[in-house]
Amino acid sequence: MSIIIQKPGILTTFQDTGRTGARQYGINPNGAMDRTAARLLNILLGNNENETVLEMNFPAAEIKFVENAFFAVGGADFAARLDEKSIKNWRVYHAEQNSVLRFPEKKFGNLVYLAVNGGFAVEKWLGSGSTNLMAKIGGFQGRKLEKGDTINFQSKSRAQFLPGGAAQSSFKIAASLLPFYSRFPTVRVVAGAEFELLTAHGEQVFRHYDFVVSPDSNRMGFRLKGAPIYLLNQKEMVSAAVNFGTIQLLPDGQMIILMADHQTSGGYPRLGNVIETDLPLVAQLGANDKIAFYLIAPDEAENVLHQHEKDLKLLKIGVKYAMQSS
Amino acid sequence: MENERVIIFPLGESAMTIEFADAISLAANKRAISLARRLTENPFDGLIEAVPAYSSTTIFYDFSIVKKNFSAFPTAFAAVRNFVEKALTELPDAENENSRLIEIPVSFAAHDALDLSFIAESKSLSEQQVIEIFTNRVYRVFMLGFLPGFAYMGEVDERIAAPRRANPRLQVPAGSVAVAGRQTGIYPFASPGGWHIIGRTDVEIFTPHSASPTLLQTGDTVKFYAQQQ
Repeated sequence: MSIIIQKPGILTTFQDTGRTGARQYGINPNGAMDRTAARLLNILLGNNENETVLEMNFPAAEIKFVENAFFAVGGADFAARLDEKSIKNWRVYHAEQNSVLRFPEKKFGNLVYLAVNGGFAVEKWLGSGSTNLMAKIGGFQGRKLEKGDTINFQSKSRAQFLPGGAAQSSFKIAASLLPFYSRFPTVRVVAGAEFELLTAHGEQVFRHYDFVVSPDSNRMGFRLKGAPIYLLNQKEMVSAAVNFGTIQLLPDGQMIILMADHQTSGGYPRLGNVIETDLPLVAQLGANDKIAFYLIAPDEAENVLHQHEKDLKLLKIGVKYAMQSS
Repeated sequence: MENERVIIFPLGESAMTIEFADAISLAANKRAISLARRLTENPFDGLIEAVPAYSSTTIFYDFSIVKKNFSAFPTAFAAVRNFVEKALTELPDAENENSRLIEIPVSFAAHDALDLSFIAESKSLSEQQVIEIFTNRVYRVFMLGFLPGFAYMGEVDERIAAPRRANPRLQVPAGSVAVAGRQTGIYPFASPGGWHIIGRTDVEIFTPHSASPTLLQTGDTVKFYAQQQ
């Protein structure tokens, strides 16, 4: 069981839910930018939710299935096609031997994910299959995929995964479980350690203005452009741990949202953290898309995450039931 | 120093930072390391990792596990803060910290020490004097960050302290020993970097496939010495 990369796409890497436990060594977690998409696809396919998936920017890869396989795509909508057949997001499909998956058109979002039943056999490093592009390790040879790369699956797809040899599953993920993607999302933020040091004007700007995603954004962080904001008094900062979603204030008054490949530590004022549940909305933004922030209390952020995790758990049970009864 | 100033704040829904000082201080660094070690050795259910930095420790945890296992607390944050506060009362005396001493040979040859002449000139010292001042000290690893295996060490003698390069290099060779302000560090592999390169070592700093993937760890002490040419 394997796939062959016929065209590599611009940035196609293996990612999972991140490499944890090694931050003390300066080793950053990496992992899927849109973690919810990666988890949903794995759950849908009956995999462990932290199974390694392919993350693709646009133009995405052209992928040939060497043998029959069950797969699902989600996240961005790049008008996926399996040979001539149109492929919908968030559904399980059966790929015949030698069929080719393509993503011809960027319709919405920035990152599409491909998961296969059984999971990809990738290089695990410190317990994770995510690609660390800086250290050149993990995933597939520690790099983005190139033409001709062949990637095996970990285990054979279950032959009876879809009933009666159907080409696609009858079930799909309910819209209420999907991230509410938008080209101009308002994402919820919990104030960070230095938020209260903002000038009154700075706080107003943070709360009420919108910001544009700069083209020099990448997997390490999304730079924002907008009205500059400042702390009341410049504060000399000591480097401390940062997190996926931490919003840092740069010396020029602009902000950066740290993303999946962020460094483990940082020395800029921490204005807040985008709540985990809303990080996928940020991850799917592209250059010149806009974003606004909405402050919520830490307790409320926990409630949102708790509900989100409960929903995913229910989905897992639902999929298990659907697979057993099929 | 005991309980002088401790600030605890969330860093997302699955992490919290415990800040002991807002400046670089040996005492705060020792407490940060000690807290991380204490929690690592006596983990609560759901602990993912405890990461020491210059003057703070950040605890990463599995939100769902904490929430489920400690439901008596109103929030996961409150539950973890409870473990942290308990651990803080049990920290051993920081003065008893056992530090490893790691000796690192450095080539100060011109093709390895790309900015040595610049530092010497800007400080009105000879290159040999810069090398002597640099190798004369034992440095402490305050934290790891920036790159896998990159250790922030200090403190560099003020006589050779220089701000970062105005133009960061796009590619700093692996093993480069560099200084910025009162800090020194070794680039674990080739990467962009803005510190002044004053030498290079062949010692492997980053060994990704070993159980402990970095040569240097927070709390270590390091002595550089001039390698025989």
